[in-house]
Amino acid sequence: MPMRVIVVQFSGSTCDRDLVYAMKDVMGWEVDLVWYKEAQKHLESYDAIFLPGGFTYGDHLRAGIIAAYTPVMDKVKELAKEGFPVFGICNGFQILVESGLLTGALIGNDTLRFSCKWTNLRVETTRSAATNVAKKGDIWKVPIAHGEGRYFLDEKGLKELNENDQVVWRYVSDDGKITAEGNPNGSIENIAGICNLEGNVVGLMPHPERASESILSPWGSDHGKLYFQSLENYFRRG
Amino acid sequence: MTQETVLRDEINLTKEEKEVVYKTLNREPTIPEAAMLEVMNSEHCSYKSSRPVLPKLPTEGPRVICGPGEDAGVVDIGDGLALVFKLESHNHPSALDPFNGAATGIGGIIRDILCMGARPIGLLDSFRLGDLSDPHTKWLLKWVTKGVGDYGNCVGISNAGGDIEFDPSFQINCLINVGCFGVMRKDDLALSRATTPGDKLILLGGSTGRDGIGGASFASKNITEDSESDRGAVQIGDPYMKKLIIEATLEAIKAGVVEGLKDLGAAGVTCSISETADAGGTGTEIQLEKIRIREDDMEPWEILVSESQERMFFVVKPDNVKKISKIFDKYELPYEILGEVTDTGKCVVKYRDQTIVDLPAHLLTKPPAADRKATYPKYLNKLNQKWLPKEPKDNELNDICRKIMASDNMISREWVYRQYDTEVGLHSVVKSGQADAGVFRLSEFGTKKGIAVTFDGNSNQCYLDPYNGGAGIMMEACSNVAAVGAEPIAMTDCLNFGNPEHPQVFWTFEKVVEGLADAAKALGVPCVGGNVSFYNHDEVRDVAVKPSPVIFVAGLLDDVEKAVNNSFKSPEEFIILIGDTNTEIGGSEYTKVIHSSDDGQVPKVDFANAKNVLKKVVKAVNEGLVTSSHDISKGGLFVALTEMAMAGNLGFKVGLKRIPADTQRSDIKLFSETHGRFLMTAKQEDMDKLISIFAEDEIPASYIGSVTKEKKLIIENDENQVIVELSIEDIKHVWDTRMEEEMEGKK
Repeated sequence: MPMRVIVVQFSGSTCDRDLVYAMKDVMGWEVDLVWYKEAQKHLESYDAIFLPGGFTYGDHLRAGIIAAYTPVMDKVKELAKEGFPVFGICNGFQILVESGLLTGALIGNDTLRFSCKWTNLRVETTRSAATNVAKKGDIWKVPIAHGEGRYFLDEKGLKELNENDQVVWRYVSDDGKITAEGNPNGSIENIAGICNLEGNVVGLMPHPERASESILSPWGSDHGKLYFQSLENYFRRG
Repeated sequence: MTQETVLRDEINLTKEEKEVVYKTLNREPTIPEAAMLEVMNSEHCSYKSSRPVLPKLPTEGPRVICGPGEDAGVVDIGDGLALVFKLESHNHPSALDPFNGAATGIGGIIRDILCMGARPIGLLDSFRLGDLSDPHTKWLLKWVTKGVGDYGNCVGISNAGGDIEFDPSFQINCLINVGCFGVMRKDDLALSRATTPGDKLILLGGSTGRDGIGGASFASKNITEDSESDRGAVQIGDPYMKKLIIEATLEAIKAGVVEGLKDLGAAGVTCSISETADAGGTGTEIQLEKIRIREDDMEPWEILVSESQERMFFVVKPDNVKKISKIFDKYELPYEILGEVTDTGKCVVKYRDQTIVDLPAHLLTKPPAADRKATYPKYLNKLNQKWLPKEPKDNELNDICRKIMASDNMISREWVYRQYDTEVGLHSVVKSGQADAGVFRLSEFGTKKGIAVTFDGNSNQCYLDPYNGGAGIMMEACSNVAAVGAEPIAMTDCLNFGNPEHPQVFWTFEKVVEGLADAAKALGVPCVGGNVSFYNHDEVRDVAVKPSPVIFVAGLLDDVEKAVNNSFKSPEEFIILIGDTNTEIGGSEYTKVIHSSDDGQVPKVDFANAKNVLKKVVKAVNEGLVTSSHDISKGGLFVALTEMAMAGNLGFKVGLKRIPADTQRSDIKLFSETHGRFLMTAKQEDMDKLISIFAEDEIPASYIGSVTKEKKLIIENDENQVIVELSIEDIKHVWDTRMEEEMEGKK
């Protein structure tokens, strides 16, 4: 049985179709792209929920916050708390943070500019549903494209996040080190993606769906596929 | 009509235009009619100066589905698909308000693609600005980049490339040109016409305000000290609403409920109701108070000519109104039924039970052309085409190379394109900064074909020699797409010039178009659309911009996986130079940056062989014989080699002796900008095959050196002495960081 997932299409999502392409055409999954107003009825019938990237509501007020208050998110929150897998990429990550499903905040990049570039992501834990086929320390080439992707969390929160093994990816330099040069947006401790305590809710600023085919990568890599393969594995293991 | 009318002396039209209006109407026009006529007669909408010249451009070809006249050109790319593309200027608004000017440029060009029925998938942008170190230039560059980026990123259309030139003639009148392309099933082609009386006219999207009142008229005059007061002519964009309009429009087309479609750009509602009627041989009648307005006290004429953004105009069968409403409702987009198609041939506007406009559609859409005089420009008399600089000493060449690579027009544009999403859509296979053209795959449309796109311009060469400059940019743009392996299939242009009423300016316009046309004919590449921007003239300093045509060429790859970029791949590979090198340094980077001269021979296109050279280049790439490929253009051989080395982080060793040239001078071999030349790298085992492809047609293909593991640029002269020896790091550092440092300060 192939994976069956739903991509929630919000008003202003722009990476929704890309995510569908990566999961359907590259991974061979069954994927439904559903308008946010119609999505809440069927959420449970899928294996996982995806919140795609984009500029929901034009990033008005701040990225992700208006989408976080749509009725469909009430249902997503309910399911996430029951352990249902929920994945947010880029704006989806911002929505997860704004809706309180993930901790911290995503603020304006330290350059004060939008930035689109390929980054190195180091896998920090394999316990999340999106990294369990990877090895700790693996480096993935995955591009970012955001203006508000700088992860921030207070000292106490960071301590807990680290102690609970919730940092899933960090930005690193080419040689795998946590450096300022490898950090594209000024994220605290170079954090690129995190999960909740249980590991079923995962947020990531870079775009694995843009890095799942070698033809799209300047490096000929397809590391983004590991993100999706991990999810398959998560289900196989039950 | 019992409306207040406008007297002959008060209407802002030329004598000839007035005659046509009064003869046709046999009465004085009403105030709204006069406003509509003024805007439709503006240079921007009517092309009145350029119209007599543009027919020189070839517009026919086997792939052409829609040529000039529609909102965008449409060409057949096989597999039941069509490519739609267009290039347009947003110069005047950007000069005053660079953020909103550039952003609405992107908004407008997206609508042009969308209203043909295609999903817009890529954007390009071209900036012409003053010297980079100038604070005003930095202000403009910062905000036009943000305008293009914020809008394009938010609507989720990836950037596929562009170009920037810095030159003092653009100090006040910057030129901001933007392009967009999209792909559709041929059956989905939508036309901006209303063919059936009784069909409903629906306005979708944003409300109508005072922004952009007279935008087209403003774009049709020079920039003066009073231009600040025209700020209200700059529109404000809303990319979030545009994203919803794109999805709603495409869904409506897919549902088969759209009879005609028109975007609201220049001249707003006036343009939509007249052009759809005239193109369809019908008439239109609307009820003006149905239009949602932002300010209560807007006058009818303001509503009719407002250029408020994010609006689309639909022609829909009465039976389908319900269906299309459902789609608009899904996206929570506002819309109104304004009126319907008639059989009168007229545009009628009613307001509060009175007829305020009753004009024949053709009076609005087909204003008379202007008769412009052209005279040979005096500045050209001063130029010496035979001039050659004093030959530099061998030990001066390292410094010359460094200076050229660090010059405004050569340095990396990464600071700009990093602010653009170049990945969204999963199309970009060859991205900004990786090659001469951007390459997009079309797998989402079910084909393995690819599209290559490029912008090209060379204002300096078009200034010094308008004919050869115009021909040259056409050759360069086609060479750009050929270099990645694509056959050039069509072009669209944006012609940016000064005041057309100045005969010397108009002469350069005519010559540039002739050059473009002759090259397009020689290359067999039709022109499928265009845009003309005149009055790029700064009255304060009395400076016109250099003649600055920008062209957008699209190419087709049968198999997108065959595309190559311009980076050296591995050491020991052979470097091949295609073509002859002539003593053509007029308008070159070398002449400008090193010798500060306007003299010298501007490169001429070899019309007889141009098409064949490109064909062979495409063949060589598609047969998999080359590992990288790069067209030689600005900065000549040296810059092209260095860009390939920097991209691959490898070095090269090249001998000038092996370069077929009409000179033995090292500086000319290194920096001449002769067209029709390419650099390619190949593995040793592929060399014979590669050379023979070109030998068949007696096109020179010369082995000039090799890629090296050592990260050095080494060039030997005709006597095999090393005359250039630079480390990649040394040259790359300045090239990479200068723009960022200029814009952000030193780190």
